[in-house]
Amino acid sequence: MWEDIKDWASDFFVTGDPLIYGADVGIVLASLSILFVLTYFKKWKWLWSEWITTVDHKKIGIMYIIAALLMLFRGGMDALLMRTQLVMPDMEFLKPEHYNEIFTTHGVIMILFMAMPLMFGLFNIAVPLQIGARDVAFPVLNSLSFWLFFMGAMLFNLSFVIGGSPNAGWLAYPPLSETMFNPGVGQDFYIWGIQISGIGSLMTGINFIVTILKMRAPGMKLMKMPMFTWSVFASSLTIMLAFPILTVTLALLFIDRFLGAHFFTLDAGGNPMMYINLIWMWGHPEVYIVILPAFGIFSDIVSTFSKKKVFGYKSMVFALMIISVVSFVTWAHHFFTMGSGASVNAFFAISTMVIAIPTGVKVFNWLFTMYKGKISFKSPMLWTMGFIPCFVVGGLTGVMLSVAPADFQFHNSYFLIAHFHQVLIGGVAFGYFAGLYYWWPKMFGFKLDEKLGKWAFWLWNIGFYVCFMPQYVLGLMGMTRRYSTYSWDTGWFGLNLVSTIGAFIMGAGFLVQVWQIVYSIKKMDKDTTGDPWDARTLEWSIPSPAPMYNFATDPRVSDVDEWWEEKQRIAAGKPTPKPALEPIHMPKNSAMPIFKATFWFLAGFGFVFDWMWLALPAMAGVGITMLVYSFNYDTEYYIPVDEIRKTEAAAGRAV
Amino acid sequence: MSHNANHAVQGHGHDHGGHHDLDALRQMGFWLFLITDCILFGTLFATYIVLHNNTAGGPTASELFEMPGVIAETFILLTSSFTSGLAVLCMNRGNKKGLIGWLIVTVLLGASFVTLEVTEFLKMIDEGAKISTSAFLSGFYTLVGTHGLHVSVGLVWMTALIIQLSKRGITKTTRRKINIISLYWHFLDAVWIFVFTIVYMMGVM
Amino acid sequence: MAQHQAHSHDSHDEHESHGSLKEYIVGFVLSLILTAIPLIFVLNDIVEGTAANVVLLVTAVLQFVVQLFFFMHLKEEKKPRWNFMALILGIAVVIIIVLGSIWIMGNNEVVK
Repeated sequence: MWEDIKDWASDFFVTGDPLIYGADVGIVLASLSILFVLTYFKKWKWLWSEWITTVDHKKIGIMYIIAALLMLFRGGMDALLMRTQLVMPDMEFLKPEHYNEIFTTHGVIMILFMAMPLMFGLFNIAVPLQIGARDVAFPVLNSLSFWLFFMGAMLFNLSFVIGGSPNAGWLAYPPLSETMFNPGVGQDFYIWGIQISGIGSLMTGINFIVTILKMRAPGMKLMKMPMFTWSVFASSLTIMLAFPILTVTLALLFIDRFLGAHFFTLDAGGNPMMYINLIWMWGHPEVYIVILPAFGIFSDIVSTFSKKKVFGYKSMVFALMIISVVSFVTWAHHFFTMGSGASVNAFFAISTMVIAIPTGVKVFNWLFTMYKGKISFKSPMLWTMGFIPCFVVGGLTGVMLSVAPADFQFHNSYFLIAHFHQVLIGGVAFGYFAGLYYWWPKMFGFKLDEKLGKWAFWLWNIGFYVCFMPQYVLGLMGMTRRYSTYSWDTGWFGLNLVSTIGAFIMGAGFLVQVWQIVYSIKKMDKDTTGDPWDARTLEWSIPSPAPMYNFATDPRVSDVDEWWEEKQRIAAGKPTPKPALEPIHMPKNSAMPIFKATFWFLAGFGFVFDWMWLALPAMAGVGITMLVYSFNYDTEYYIPVDEIRKTEAAAGRAV
Repeated sequence: MSHNANHAVQGHGHDHGGHHDLDALRQMGFWLFLITDCILFGTLFATYIVLHNNTAGGPTASELFEMPGVIAETFILLTSSFTSGLAVLCMNRGNKKGLIGWLIVTVLLGASFVTLEVTEFLKMIDEGAKISTSAFLSGFYTLVGTHGLHVSVGLVWMTALIIQLSKRGITKTTRRKINIISLYWHFLDAVWIFVFTIVYMMGVM
Repeated sequence: MAQHQAHSHDSHDEHESHGSLKEYIVGFVLSLILTAIPLIFVLNDIVEGTAANVVLLVTAVLQFVVQLFFFMHLKEEKKPRWNFMALILGIAVVIIIVLGSIWIMGNNEVVK
């Protein structure tokens, strides 16, 4: 009996590696201390009613961002472990199997559980405020999206200590990810973790499309929307059109593994290349999904900190929309070497080059916006300035990769690694950091310390180049990705050493950011104006942090930079008269999302281990929560005028 | 931030958002969901089409499919799409009984569609044509089964709505829900047209 | 077309499906015909090969259009026609997925 349990446990839990035992202890201690703090300070009820069941887009945004920063920590640790392993030839720091797991989780976490939620966090924080809305179109669905993401991320991360991590690369190409070569549960964690959070992403996409199309303040025509809102629209549209493909692709892989089907197997007529074809139909739009909002953030920041209207508004909008549509016809450039012939490769090479054009338009527009502007170099602007050269170089190496014959040389080399890290760190990460610094005062009501912010920026920026410039050269020298080690006679030692140093400089940058947040909380430099950057769009017209109903009265919009224009009118003594207060219609909190997401988590866990006694009841639970919710007709309430008046007065505003 | 739930103001004059109303939002959101579902089926179709010749020595489409059952399924689903439309017509006239009646007819037709499909699947499996037999059959069961699953979910949902209708009658909220499910039902019929054409007709041709 | 305002007490009908009985019946009959055509033509081998495929696909697409307009009331949407535009985009992506996969995988003989 005891032996049975011991056997089972040694299969169930990941064993054998001191790093993992360390992590086990860390996880248990962290969980216990969280439970203790919540109980000791009697915060359970607060956590439940203010956060877990909340449908307030601002709080959901904050939860996304906290989760994303935690994931950034884990993905970053993975990166540092990899760079440590590669610091010199013949290193014996990580075993090859462990290395495989780490590059897999690094990729998945950084794209799907770091970049996506950070992006959704910023969507949630900024979009309703920018368009003068009280919330998103479907607040409960929004909360469900968050909890699905969260549960998906937890399920994926659980593989670290239970059952074993996936190890077939971030896109899990078959046949390596099929049961024949990968019988463990790691790939099933991969499938279900991504699947559950992917459903959440899909719903967020729909939610923001409807929000942006239908909930804009009176007078805000489409061509008067702030650039960030436009970029969110483009990104959400791409999510809506691309994510179903991911859902299907992963489902098919799961059916292969679970029911022994033959979609992507080597035998019985399966075709692994079909998986690669399908996953990139999602995967390529996905990279535009994460970069487009960064473009929007940069546009708003450049215009705010240059004290000018954004240059070429219309061309910016068209560029965004063209990118989001053209991103659907470039996918095959990820597998030029698959052997689909010259005409296929030629088509996708050209479409890839074409997409560089609208991107170029945007870069020029940012430069022209800065031209003759009164630029102030606050943190958000610094990140923007760091982004532009970095992204241009990353984009140009992308064009090099798009040349199909040349790609046969670059394919899967460190040249490629350097390229996509340059657009993902230099573009996406810098962009979201810029957005985070920009909207931080609006989220929390206090400013982040500028001096530490500059340190963080320079560490990240210098660290980035030190880390990735050598990798371009390594790629040209023949180093391919996913090598867990290399020998002395390759001549790769020096450049790898430099690259590792760069990675640790970026790690230091992250630590400074954490310290910056802690320090700024202690310092509590409150933003009493609601408009700390002297900015231009509606979110800055309300107090920081925004009251739960956002706008006491609906703003009336007549210009892209409505708040900037309004400030001019106020200075001239002619502010726009505000309508009288009315009770505000708000959605009630809901516990459905957390229950439903928990059932999804349990179902996913059950499917991972083939525990049908768990998976089937949990799936039934998903359905039942849905039905119970459908029978609930009492979902809204009104905030009375008195309460609005009190809240506004507390924020120092007379209504 | 107290949640004053009891401020449910009755008859809220003009809606305070001024620029949106919840029902229109939800209808649009559901329409967008249907488009994502379209893409989901599109991907399944693409996979089926690419793999459908890879029978790996197993049965082929023309050996396997028995058209009479499929034709019956097709006409049953088509009729149920029509009856769900009739239900909406009754609703627009305020005829609660007719609405519920036509919904029940729709549910029954849908249930017989699912029953026929399940019988067809069981028979094929019995003949040794399993999902694990060949890439063609993997694609077939997944594509057709996903559609069947959608229909089944629709049946549960429609039953729940019938219960809600009988309790609450035709209100603003139930109207919206009925409009949405009828849209869903028509959509499933539209998808079936392509399943019927691409999988079955082209398969036996 | 839709004159059945009847008793509608709410002013926001823009997305509600109305349709008349006549519309539904016409749609239903058209669908029946469009289902019968391929059955008769293809199962009796009146047309074969490419021609049969064309008949099948054309009737399927026509029937899809019938469903959209007669059952799903796509035409009644007020401007701006977001639903219609979203549908067009969605269909475009479906076509890209299907034709793109056929094209790429058809040219890839490595695994087959």
